[in-house]
Amino acid sequence: MPTFSEAKLAEVQRIRDRYPEGRQKSGVIPVLLLAQDEFGGWLSTETMDYVASLLDMDPIEVYEVATFYTMFNLQPVGRHVFEVCQTGPCMLNGSDDIIAHIRQRLGIAPGQTTPDGLFTLKTVECLGACGYAPMMQLGKHYREHLTKEKVDSIIEECRAKSTAAA
Amino acid sequence: MGRKLLLEKADIPGIREYDVYRRHGGYASVEKALKMSPEEVVEEVKKSGLRGRGGAGFPTGMKWSFLAKPEGVPRYLVCNADESEPGTFKDRYLMEFLPHLLLEGLIVSSWALGSNRTYIYIRGEYAWIVDILEQAIAEANQHGWLGRNILGTGFDCQIYVQRGAGAYICGEETALIESLEGKRGNPRIKPPFPAVKGLYDCPTVVNNVETLAAVVPIINHGGEEYARIGIGKSTGTKLISACGNLNRPGVYEIDMTVSVEEFIYGDDYCRGIPNGRRLKACIPGGSSVPILPANLLLKTAKGETRIMSYESLADGGFATGSMMGSGGFIVLDEDQCVVRHTLTLARFYRHESCGQCSPCREGTGWMEKILHNIEHGKGSRRDIDLLWDIQRKIEGNTICPLGDAAAWPVAAAIRHFRDEFEWHIDNPSECLTRNYGLARYADALEVPA
Repeated sequence: MPTFSEAKLAEVQRIRDRYPEGRQKSGVIPVLLLAQDEFGGWLSTETMDYVASLLDMDPIEVYEVATFYTMFNLQPVGRHVFEVCQTGPCMLNGSDDIIAHIRQRLGIAPGQTTPDGLFTLKTVECLGACGYAPMMQLGKHYREHLTKEKVDSIIEECRAKSTAAA
Repeated sequence: MGRKLLLEKADIPGIREYDVYRRHGGYASVEKALKMSPEEVVEEVKKSGLRGRGGAGFPTGMKWSFLAKPEGVPRYLVCNADESEPGTFKDRYLMEFLPHLLLEGLIVSSWALGSNRTYIYIRGEYAWIVDILEQAIAEANQHGWLGRNILGTGFDCQIYVQRGAGAYICGEETALIESLEGKRGNPRIKPPFPAVKGLYDCPTVVNNVETLAAVVPIINHGGEEYARIGIGKSTGTKLISACGNLNRPGVYEIDMTVSVEEFIYGDDYCRGIPNGRRLKACIPGGSSVPILPANLLLKTAKGETRIMSYESLADGGFATGSMMGSGGFIVLDEDQCVVRHTLTLARFYRHESCGQCSPCREGTGWMEKILHNIEHGKGSRRDIDLLWDIQRKIEGNTICPLGDAAAWPVAAAIRHFRDEFEWHIDNPSECLTRNYGLARYADALEVPA
């Protein structure tokens, strides 16, 4: 059973406090996001059940939410998740080429993870960075005005981070 | 370049911080509004002629006056920061660089509506902006603009940031409310409208980020003064997020009297199209609104100069006009393929359909598949009529406007670029290696010197 640290439990309490008495279910998305960050970048059934217990919800209510929103990963993902936008404005600025380049460099198709568990490639729909296209989300931040060279250096940056952490 | 009301202070170094913002006149509208009655604040907003900046363009003052006020029932203000319409990134800019401007607008609006608990529902992907907003909220609390008994008026107000988790549909106000209640983002059947039964079944107003920020200059300068800017029912200023094939894409605050041509080519704005290419088409108000070929974009069907106002962009209806929408201005140059672009939008709407209504759930999938076939040289002439038929059966037949939003881009692409679709179908071996190009759409247009 996954368990939050004291600090994270305090954060869950702060989230609950945002809503009127008895409306703690409103916190399900924020707490799921917290859990996803904390427990390996994805939501296992055990993690969702844990979130349900924290918010006095039935597990099914949590599954309903987790399966609706794109940001929740219901399968394990790599350490670095490249979420590349492919909608209109990014397409006009060459996102197809960027996606093809990443596929070739990492040897994986969208939706797949490299065998070493380092990278996952996802194509996503509009992230609201259309003026700075093409772009991708990497963790908390956006990487914008992508070029093939920039993608290469991002890949190197991620590899270096993982080596340093190992 | 027109007068700036929202982005006036955007370039001041450190404006994101409370002290700098306050030193430059920040929070003056709160001081002023809290000396007025809530009804007087609503009245100023009515006088301003402000229209909702999220896409629908509904008069904000009127929306506020619909709010039910039963005794002993809390009322809620919810700021819609779910900005997800392709081509739109203006709210992100406001929140990222002027977080205190939004908070100021939220406090004034909360006072006007009687909301003691106000939520900012922000799209989950804008994760770093959540930190910026929470920092600003902490500062505002510290300086007495939020919390209990604000400015000694007895008014209590707290603002909370709620993250979504990736769902375009949550920009629709009732889906947003569902999501904020901790559920799937399925839009509700209206009526009852949120003004009567919204968040936690209480009267609720949901307004866009830009709309709520605009309340600040309206209170500072007065509604009538605000209404003097602009033209007709397009009062005040509008943020336009320009993208696609432009030399200088970005967020611009415009006076809605500027012409579309000036906006695309002018030095104060987007400075034209890269590499001297010609303009082919444009979606002027976010992916949901009709695409227009260059000739209909710059001039109306009557031959008048088209300007960036609600009325002018809509001139000609859907036959020869489009809409202001969210202000997401997407430009396609002569090398772009309208079929491929429309395919990406159809894929977007299929991905984002919540699945509640059959016409949208099924129709968006069919449209994507048919467009995919046409784009990949596997289409037939009948497919164009089939697409037309499907979009017509989605429009108006769904609980929320996502159905219309999915139908309109496909309808407009066929209406104005039918020969490009036919060319794809008739030239299956060529259509993936080269583009149809400019064809007849803009032949008469020269690149302005």
